[in-house]
Amino acid sequence: MKQYTIPALLALLLAVLVFVSMTGAMNVYWQSVLMFMGINIILSSSLNIINGNMGEFSCGHAGFMAVGAYVSSVLSVLLFADGSVFGQALLPPHLAVFLFPFVLVAGGVAAALVGLLVAVPSFRTRGDYLAIITIAAAYIVKSTIENINAIGGARGFMGMSKVTAAMNTTAELPWMIIWVFLGTVFSVWLIRRFIFSTLGNGVNAVCQDEIAAEIMSVNTNQVKMTAFMVSCGLAGIAGALFAHVLGYVNPGSFTILKSTEVMVMVYLGGMGSLSGAVLSAILITLLMEALRPLQIIKWIVIPLLLVLLMQFRPEGIMGNRELADIFPGLKKFYRLKG
Amino acid sequence: MLQSFIQNIFNALQWGSFYSLIALGYCLVYGVLLLINFAHGDIFMVGAYIAFYVCMLFLGKLGIIPGMPGWLVLALAVPLTMMLTAVVGVTLERVAYRPLRRKGVNRLYVVITALMCGLILEHANLALLGASRRSFPTLIPTTVYNIAGVNITNIKMGVILVAILAFFFLRFVVVKTKIGMAMRAISYDRFAVPLMGIPADSVIVFTFVLGSGFAGLAGLLFAITYPVLDPYMGALIGWKAFIAAVVGGIGSIRGAFAGGFLLGFVEIMVVAFFPSTLRDLIAFTILLLILSVKPTGLFGVARRTKI
Amino acid sequence: MALLEVKDMTQYFGGLCAVTDFGVTFEGGELMGLIGPNGAGKTTVFNLISGFYQPSRGDIIFKGTNTRGLKPHRVTGLGIARTFQNIRLWFDMSVLDNILVSQYYHLGYSLWDCFLRTKRYLGREAQMRAWGMEILEALDLAQFAHELPGNLPYGIQRRVEIARALSIKPDLLMLDEPAAGLNSSDVEGLIKLIAWIHKEFKLSIWMIEHQMDVVMSLCTWIKVIDFGATIAEGTPKEIRENPVVIKAYLGDDAI
Repeated sequence: MKQYTIPALLALLLAVLVFVSMTGAMNVYWQSVLMFMGINIILSSSLNIINGNMGEFSCGHAGFMAVGAYVSSVLSVLLFADGSVFGQALLPPHLAVFLFPFVLVAGGVAAALVGLLVAVPSFRTRGDYLAIITIAAAYIVKSTIENINAIGGARGFMGMSKVTAAMNTTAELPWMIIWVFLGTVFSVWLIRRFIFSTLGNGVNAVCQDEIAAEIMSVNTNQVKMTAFMVSCGLAGIAGALFAHVLGYVNPGSFTILKSTEVMVMVYLGGMGSLSGAVLSAILITLLMEALRPLQIIKWIVIPLLLVLLMQFRPEGIMGNRELADIFPGLKKFYRLKG
Repeated sequence: MLQSFIQNIFNALQWGSFYSLIALGYCLVYGVLLLINFAHGDIFMVGAYIAFYVCMLFLGKLGIIPGMPGWLVLALAVPLTMMLTAVVGVTLERVAYRPLRRKGVNRLYVVITALMCGLILEHANLALLGASRRSFPTLIPTTVYNIAGVNITNIKMGVILVAILAFFFLRFVVVKTKIGMAMRAISYDRFAVPLMGIPADSVIVFTFVLGSGFAGLAGLLFAITYPVLDPYMGALIGWKAFIAAVVGGIGSIRGAFAGGFLLGFVEIMVVAFFPSTLRDLIAFTILLLILSVKPTGLFGVARRTKI
Repeated sequence: MALLEVKDMTQYFGGLCAVTDFGVTFEGGELMGLIGPNGAGKTTVFNLISGFYQPSRGDIIFKGTNTRGLKPHRVTGLGIARTFQNIRLWFDMSVLDNILVSQYYHLGYSLWDCFLRTKRYLGREAQMRAWGMEILEALDLAQFAHELPGNLPYGIQRRVEIARALSIKPDLLMLDEPAAGLNSSDVEGLIKLIAWIHKEFKLSIWMIEHQMDVVMSLCTWIKVIDFGATIAEGTPKEIRENPVVIKAYLGDDAI
């Protein structure tokens, strides 16, 4: 029975969030902060696979987020939004709720495919070289979007609020809160299943000694490709959720600054620690909100935070341990292996 | 037809000169410390701003001292900019990179620190000086020479000449001087070098002085050629210059130089045929393709791992 | 069909010829030695056969398959396992995890099985875990299964590396200086261990070693190389008395 504690708690949390939103007990600002928190959790835990477990230095996570954001937005607006740049919706609005998960997944798949742009070079290069390749890849994605005028180019793309409105025709629920919640739980669950398995341990082996891994029968290219595709795919889903929460998306949201935000979360949490990535995502989201009035200074504080972290506590909050390593009592609530 | 082709060649040489000067700085630091100094592009930006204030000061525009003739200001600005930018570079090394080197941490942490320092420089500039762009004053009137139908300005010639001189100077330093040999020694074995009586820290500082100094020079020349400054001008050029250095073959001065000019050519040719908004996109794509096929670059030599 | 057949294997590194016309044949079940002075090219031979380098010239045919162009993990999957001169365990993973990851080629489940925790996933994980523990028990390492290798003494680490290689169920086990860094009592234990592995697992063992007591007491056939070329081969007695070998490597007061 103890194994069902966590799913039960999560279901309860979701119910509380929905209730609080519908009754207006929490104002819209805090609701959106919570949603961004969920999105940041997805971004942080997915980047953790590459920068944490695999020990690489990917600085282009925002690029994959952008792919997911745009692909899913274009798709959902095409299908469910009336009066957008594409004209009438292709499908009736009451289907929006049921098909939205597929739209999210489509964004994720597109991002995973673009992830091949950096996965393939990673077969032969490592470290700093790969860093610059990821920066270039993210820039290419952003620049490509800016040059496609059909979806708004540098001005941005909108219409997703109509999609949310379409979802409300089925039932008047705070749908985006529900989708972000489900997306977050799904991502963390997926990553856990991947990392805590022998297949996922291949990623750690490649990180610690790639040559030994290759000679000890690990297909290192396949490991890298899998890790990148899972990581980028989830970033795409995060981007898709991000776009629909805002109702509007533009390439300016997906610069190196966004990638830096996510990197701060990963390194603050501790490279390779999934619970660390989740915790620091929550902390950083709150920090960013606290710093919002400072505007530009915010963008000195965040990089400075990471510099100080590297100087004085490079292992971050959790090192490479999980919550269950620090509080062994938690182990009874979920199975770690299998 | 031929004229416009030669015109484009000169444009490419000039444009490539900036990339080369910046790429040389990356190459020196990478060659010695095996570190991509991600902040280097922003040091270039700082150099341009330093040049701006130096020139404004000596032109009398700040009201502190009376103005001097343009050519004198230029003659003063070159060494001053280089020295002051070198100070910025060395400060960065002392404050951010050296403590990490002392602790012997994973190289990754230093790379992250470098990237973050670059961002801090950009936004500190933005916070201190505001978002409005600065307009660089004219120092020397532009004279256009017309040779066989091709227009070349004196500034263009100057930039290309400086880049070539810089290349020969740096190559001389690295290959023919003792300190250059020390720089190369450190790249092979950082721990043995102090054991041989060579002060590794001094050599590293010297490397940063050279690299940052030339980035400052590039900043000055860039500001003269394209007189609008903004805090983000360094980042993109920096990344492209670095990739160009890698394509040429990182760790090799010839490679960095060649890579810089290659990128210059690619970009000018791209703009000749495609809309200019696609310039960066195509440039990055071509560079990535070359890197995927030959990761060590055109002139680079792979270091073999022994197991 | 021979287990391993190497013909005219030559390797150039730039202008330097590291290995010249190397040839060897394993039928199966041999315990062979590869000796020679430092820098002779012994580890290069191992690197070539395990697929880490591609030979400039020559053929390596393992169980009828020419390994040219195969990536190292495929060569290992065919049945060749090795240990390294400097221990290359994964130090941030437990000993048991080190063994489990080496089963990667024969994982037997896909990413989807992993996500959904299907019966196939659970079954294979349990099987691999059981096999890992069996190997560890056989080599007297079971008590260290959940320990990090970095916390273990050097001699135990070497044994873990051998256990890891064995867990791949190889037909050819290549040991690169297994006795390096061991004290004399550990060396005795190692000799007994290798002899036992040879008998128990019925595989071919090929060993690079500098410690002559290990080589002479275990190997039935020895190849000697110097400057990349084979200068002698034969039984231990023949090698001990071979003047060329004595001059190049063993020295006049060989056992």
